[in-house]
Order: sequence, then C-alpha cells, then structure tokens
Amino acid sequence: MSASHGRPKKGSLPPGGTAHSAKGAQTSATFLLDGQPVPFDEGQTILEAARAAGHYIPHLCWHPDFPPHGSCKLCIVKVAGRHVSSCAMPAKDGWEVESNTPEMNGERRALLQMLFVEGNHFCPSCEKSGNCQLQALAYDLEMTTPRFNHFFPDRPVDATHPDVLLDFNRCIFCELCVRASRDQDGKGVFALTNRGIHKHLVVNAESGCLGDTDFSKDDAAAHICPVGVILEKRVGFAVPIGQRKYDARPIRVVAMEEDKP
Amino acid sequence: MVTDAVVTDADLALESILDRYGRWPTHLLQMLIAAQELDGWLPPARITRLATALGLPRARVEGVAGFYSFLYLRPVGRYRVLFSDNIIERMQGSQALMAALAARLWVEPGKVSEDGLVSVDTTSCIGMGDQGPAALVNGQPLTRLTRERVEAIGDLIRCGVPVADWPEEFFRVDDGVCRRDGLLGLAMAPGAALTAALARGREGWLAELEASRLRGRGGAGFTTAVKWLACRDAPDPHKVVVCNADEGEPGTFKDRVLLASRADLVFEGMTLAAWATGAREGFLYLRGEYRYLLPHLEAVLAGRRAAGLLGADIAGQAGFDFDIEIHLGAGAYVCGEESALLESLEGKRGTPRIRPPFPVTHGYLGRPTVVNNVETLAKTCLVALQGGAAFARTGTAQSTGTKLLSISGDCPRPGVYEFPFGVTLRQVLEACGAERTQAVQVGGASGVTLAPYEFDRRIAFEDVPTAGAFMIFDDQRDMFEVARNFVHFFAHESCGFCTPCRVGTALLKGYMDKLADGHGAYRDLAEIEWLDRLLKNASHCGLGSSAPNPVIDTLVKFRPAYERRLGRADFEPAFDLDGALARARQMTGRDDAGAHLSNAPEAQP
Ligand SMILES: Cc1cc2nc3c(=O)[nH]c(=O)nc-3n(C[C@H](O)[C@H](O)[C@H](O)COP(=O)(O)O)c2cc1C
Ligand code: SF4
Ligand code: SF4
Ligand code: FES
Repeated sequence: MSASHGRPKKGSLPPGGTAHSAKGAQTSATFLLDGQPVPFDEGQTILEAARAAGHYIPHLCWHPDFPPHGSCKLCIVKVAGRHVSSCAMPAKDGWEVESNTPEMNGERRALLQMLFVEGNHFCPSCEKSGNCQLQALAYDLEMTTPRFNHFFPDRPVDATHPDVLLDFNRCIFCELCVRASRDQDGKGVFALTNRGIHKHLVVNAESGCLGDTDFSKDDAAAHICPVGVILEKRVGFAVPIGQRKYDARPIRVVAMEEDKP
Repeated sequence: MVTDAVVTDADLALESILDRYGRWPTHLLQMLIAAQELDGWLPPARITRLATALGLPRARVEGVAGFYSFLYLRPVGRYRVLFSDNIIERMQGSQALMAALAARLWVEPGKVSEDGLVSVDTTSCIGMGDQGPAALVNGQPLTRLTRERVEAIGDLIRCGVPVADWPEEFFRVDDGVCRRDGLLGLAMAPGAALTAALARGREGWLAELEASRLRGRGGAGFTTAVKWLACRDAPDPHKVVVCNADEGEPGTFKDRVLLASRADLVFEGMTLAAWATGAREGFLYLRGEYRYLLPHLEAVLAGRRAAGLLGADIAGQAGFDFDIEIHLGAGAYVCGEESALLESLEGKRGTPRIRPPFPVTHGYLGRPTVVNNVETLAKTCLVALQGGAAFARTGTAQSTGTKLLSISGDCPRPGVYEFPFGVTLRQVLEACGAERTQAVQVGGASGVTLAPYEFDRRIAFEDVPTAGAFMIFDDQRDMFEVARNFVHFFAHESCGFCTPCRVGTALLKGYMDKLADGHGAYRDLAEIEWLDRLLKNASHCGLGSSAPNPVIDTLVKFRPAYERRLGRADFEPAFDLDGALARARQMTGRDDAGAHLSNAPEAQP
C-alpha cells in the first residue's frame, strides 16, 4: 500500500481482475494464494479464507474470536504489487496474492526483529518460551539475529496481583488483552496510553497496579497473551522447556491443527 | 489527594465541565482539555473522577489523555513555553533562543523548574513558519522571537506576570497574504454562495460541483463531488460533514489564514456540503495549536446562526437543518489523517482505522461522513457563485482552480500565495524573491524534496501535488539536517499503532542521529534504504508510508550531504561508548573534553 507522493490514499485497491463479480456467485469466487486457488465468501478476509482452505499466513494480532486489528503487520501479503494486511482486507475474486515468498517473509522477519529490539526479550529465562507465538514465528521465519540496535526500554514488572504477574518487557501491543477484557470479560482492565515508541499498557486503577483492579486469573484476558506478559503465578515451568507447544512442531503446523474442530 | 467525602472547588468545576459537554463520552477529549485548565495538568484523581462520571474504565481515559502531546499526566510549569521545532524555525535560530530562555530561567529544556514555575520544551511545527521563530506560551502563539524578546519573556515569567498581561505585540499573527487570486480576492457576503446553490436545487448544485472537477486540497487530491455523492448515497440517513482544520503538516499555514480571515467561506462550504449530502451534523476539528482562533470562530458561527445560515430551515429552506460544532485537537499530527481524526472526534486515541470501510460510508460514529480540508470547503463557495465550468477554466486539465501555498524558509517574502494550478516552482520562487535556492520541500515533511533541475516542474496533481507547504532552502543549508529534522518529527508523531511505523521511525531516527554524530558507515545507508522501503510498504496509514520520503529524496538528490558524514569504515557499531557515559557526566556535573570518550575512528591513535 504505497504511493509515491504526499499522503497516499490507503486501501483503494484495484478491482477484481476477472469479469464475473463475487456478488451472487459466492461459491465460484476464488483468489490465487501463491498460485493456489482459494475459494471465499463475500466479505471474508484473505487470511480467513486462506485458513479455511488450509493455508497458513503468519499473524500475531489476529485471533479467530475477534474482529481484525491490523497492527502487527506480520500478515502482510502482496496484491497487484501493493502490500495489504491479509487479516483485514476482504478478498476479491481473481486477485493474485503473494504470501510465502522470499520478499514477504523477508519483510516479516524484519517486523519480528523490530518487535524483538523494541522490548526486552530474554527467551531462555522466559516462562512462555516454547509457548510464545513471537518466538515460534521467529524460528519459523528463520530470524537468526536481532539485526537492529536494541532499545532496552525501562518497563517495570507488576507483581501486585495475587494470582497474575505482568511482565511488560515482552509486550508487542497486539491489544488482545485489551479487547478480551473489554469485549469478553466486560471489564476493561487494560488500555494503551502514550503514543509512538513510548506507547505502553496501563491497567484500570489509579495506583497503576493490577492488584487494585478486578482482574481475575479466570478472565479470558488472562489467557490470551501471545507472548509472556500475562502469566499465572505459581504454575510456571509445569511443562519443561523442550516439551512445549511449538518445541516439536513449527507454528505454521500447530496453528492449522488448532483450527480443526 | 481527594477522597470521596471531600468536595473541592476543582470537583465542582469538573462537574460543570461534564455538564457543559452533556456527559457524552464522544466529548472526552474536549472535557480533558477543559479539565486541564483547572491545574495546568491532569492529576490522577481527576482522571478517576472523570472516568467514574462518564462510566468509562479509568484506563481508557488515561489512555486517551496519554495520547495527546498537549495533555499532561504529570505536573508542568505554571508557564509552559513550547518552541516550534520545524527545520524552518531552526534555520531562524530557534534552538539558540530556547537555550537562552532556559538559561535565563535556570531550567533544563524538557524539565520543569524546581519551583514549578516554568517548563521549556519543543513542539512540532505550530503553523507560523512565515513569522517565526515562534513558540506557544500556555497555548498562545508567540511570533517573531528575537534575543531581546526572549529576554523580556524570561523577565515576565520570573516576575509572574499573567500571560494575558504580556505585550500584545508579542502575540501578533499576520495573515501575510502576498498573492491573491480567485479565493483570496473574493469578497462574499455571508450566505451568497448558499443562496446560489439552493436556487439550483440539490441535484443542480451537485452537478455544478462535478463540473468544477474540484479536488481535495488536504493532500490526497480526491475528487470532492465523488466523495459527497458517495456520502449522500450511503444507506444510513444520518450524514455528517467534517472540516479538517488540523493543518499539522510542517511548513503549512494557509488554513490558518482562511480560518482567521475567511471563516465565513469555510463554514459556508460546510453548509454547502450539508445541502448536497443531507447532513444535519457538522464538526470543525481545530488543531490545538490554533486554539487562539477559537473565540473568533465561535463568534462567526454565532453570527451565522443569527443570520439564519445555520440551525433550522437554513436560508429559508424548509427542512434544511444543519449546525456546526468545533472540536479541539491537542497536539497530534496523525489526527489530520481522516480516520484518526474521526476517532479523535469520538473522544478516543487518534489511531487510524482499518480501511475499507471508508468514512463516506462509515465515518463519525459509523455514520456516512464527508471529511474535507479547510481550503477545499472554502473553494466550494467559488463553485457555487461562479458555476462549475467557470471554476474549471483556471488551472490544468487534472487540477482545476487555484492552490494556496504556505511559503517559508530562505526567501525575502514568506507568506501565503494563491496561484493557479500549473504554476512552476521557478515562478513561485521568483514571486517570493528566493535566490540561490538549493532545494524546495513541497507538501511538507511528507512531501517531496525537489532539486534545481526540477524547478520547471508544475504544482498540480499530475506533476507535483501538495497540501500547500513550500519550504525553501538556499545553498548554505545542509539537506541532511533537513531530512533528519523531518525524521525526528515523524518519530515523535507516529501514533504507535503498527509495528513498521512505531519501531521503524524510531530506528530511522537512530540511524540519522548516528550519522549526525559522525559514526555513520556505508552499511547504515543500506539499512536506511531498506527501512524506508519497509515503512512505505507495510505501514498502516499515510504517516508511516510517507515518513521515509524526505530521506529517500535527499539520499538520491543530495547524497554528498550523507556521504560527508560517513567514517572510513564499512561498518561502525551502533553502540555509542561516549553516549553511555552521559549519565555519569550528568551526575558529576561535568561536560568538559576530559569527560568525553571518542569512539570515532579518526580520533583513535
Ligand atoms: C498523517 C496524515 C496527516 C494529514 N493531515 C491533514 C491535515 O492536517 N489537514 C488535511 O486537510 N488533511 C490531512 N490529511 C489528509 C486527510 O486524511 C484527508 O485526505 C483530507 O482531509 C481529505 O480532505 P480533502 O479531500 O478536502 O483534501 C492527512 C493525512 C495523513 C495520512
Ligand atoms: S500484554 Fe500481551 S495481549 Fe496484551 S497487548 Fe501486550 S502482548 Fe498483547
Ligand atoms: S503508520 Fe504510523 S501513524 Fe499510521 S497507524 Fe501506523 S503507527 Fe500509526
Ligand atoms: S495479523 Fe494482520 S496485522 Fe496483525
């Protein structure tokens, strides 16, 4: 999604490449994902349709239970020479979509490197190691170095809650906890404040402490973090590192299996 | 700390603010701006009270307040001086002036003085590039700063003189119109354009607008009639018209002049849009930096209501009901992006939305919404008065009419110039008297950097499009520093929503600073070019995708300005040994040569 000057008009993509439109002929609508035909229903996003057809597109802020968020950009794909977020972009009949290509994976790797250097990620000592989607994607996309200069931000840990620990050092701002707490738990425990590189999470208390909120370890938001920020206390390392979700098989395989009923 | 049992004067004042804004969560930002006036900042207990009163999670209110540069969650000085930090003001000496003021007041820039009296800091361009160096003091613009003026200001602050009692001359803002054409030369009686459009009927009026081929003046150049038609035809009957008066692009100030002296044209344009689309609700989103214009704009609105040009049955047309509310911004460039603007209007953080859907079908509160630039709306009055065909006779094939340019930088006559589209850069430079011009930045920080071999190119959507900024740099200027200033601007203004822009603009800033410090290597240039491409490709909105523009352009056209700064090495570590000692220097109060390490290769034996 780019234009050469000023303020490009985003999202105004070329129309579908074929003569017959998706309307009224839902079953016949298809796009090509890396050369393979993918059928879709009107309104379905590229990522959803691809998944339904058994094709994995990397993602971090997208979650099947929530509307698309569009912030991490791991799901970028190329359509007619332009980049779009596949989690948010409705599919169009006849589109040719590039996803699993050296170019797109190279950009995804750089986005992962950005997420790594922006926070403080010490995987070997992290309780989420092996269950972490950021780490798993980094392995899968063959990220071998951080590439960029580390930011080493100062992000204090919040241990005030009796059952849950918050280690903000690892936050990637997917806002899944924000959305889950607001939309599923009906609580609004989390929100983002500040902006740009200084953006960070806050919890719903004047003291700024999770212990002063109505957060519970049984909340949906307590179990949704794709990385190691929201951790239940006293259950750490129950499964040894090496035997965890993404230790044996890559995330692209695990994610597709989780989709199966 | 305030407990629930004690009701203070501030609590009562907060109640009246809540009442003034009807306790609507959509007005949260407006309430926060008003609530900040009570103490100059927003203490934690006030945030809590506001959240409780509105039935919102406290974290959400804190999150909104934390987004905007002009809202403070920590105490600031009773006097807050913010120097406009665009490259133009830097060229006018703003950094030395800020240092002088800070020294005079014994305060470190970016900090609050120990007695809580004053804080001195920088802010993004405040739209006074033609009469800078400029600053804001407690939100009021100070123009034409000089050494003497800064000293006088320091004394006024030290003596605690209220800003309202400072010499009026310090706050003088001139329109600085240097060239008039169709729009700036127009003397229209309020209501005349509306009468003409009403006489044509809805369809007739839209047909004129189509014939004019008017395109948006806010940057993207979208055809205005197409936007209005799409909004009118959207199924939801509750249409909204929004005027984008955020004018945050560094080096742009033409909307300021229209708002200050042609506000009737702007509001009438909004009313013309309402007539075309059937909207009953209108908003003008005014950047916080232009808050000083608020009383004037409110007075113009009141005058229009009294004249029957706003409200019910406008201009005698039964059932034509429309009114306009002004919302203030609070220091966030991204809120000029139309979907971020709508979020901000709804009282939220100014995060750009996923598009599609577009505002014309799902805008303010999900209602079909037209968002237009100030100048675009003013121009619709010309179309109504003259007819579409007459309007289209000026300009070029794809760019009809005229364009207001905000000219600043190295020229003897900066100001606002109205030219027909199709004017060449050379003609513009001649008009403002610029000489020995090395480069022109057209369209602001997100625009294009043009070198002398391009000065015969034309200002037009089909050649050099622009939202109106025209910054001139003569042959003494360092184009690397120009680009670096813009990169700092984007890093500061990134909303932080998407990974590429949030982290990418910060990384780009790091690379440019590394080069500026003399630690650059050839490898860094390659990394910069790679980052530029990723930002362009993967960003969520136009801020991130245009952030690398000044770097891309200057790297191609002014590469020696970069290469001059490279060390001999192909690779230089990013870790800055000397920088790591900064805290030790601060603790020991030393900054002499002996307290510095140099890890520049030249300095090694
Ligand atoms: C980061 C960013 C900042 C913008 N700032 C402004 C602005 O200050 N004023 C403006 O009119 N348009 C601005 N725009 C363009 C708006 O999104 C939108 O295109 C414009 O208001 C539409 O009005 P028009 O059709 O009359 O040009 C900005 C866009 C981006 C991406
Ligand atoms: S805490 Fe976890 S779920 Fe919440 S925004 Fe950060 S990474 Fe996402
Ligand atoms: S590109 Fe920048 S400003 Fe735009 S959404 Fe992403 S982070 Fe925010
Ligand atoms: S998964 Fe699409 S942007 Fe995050």
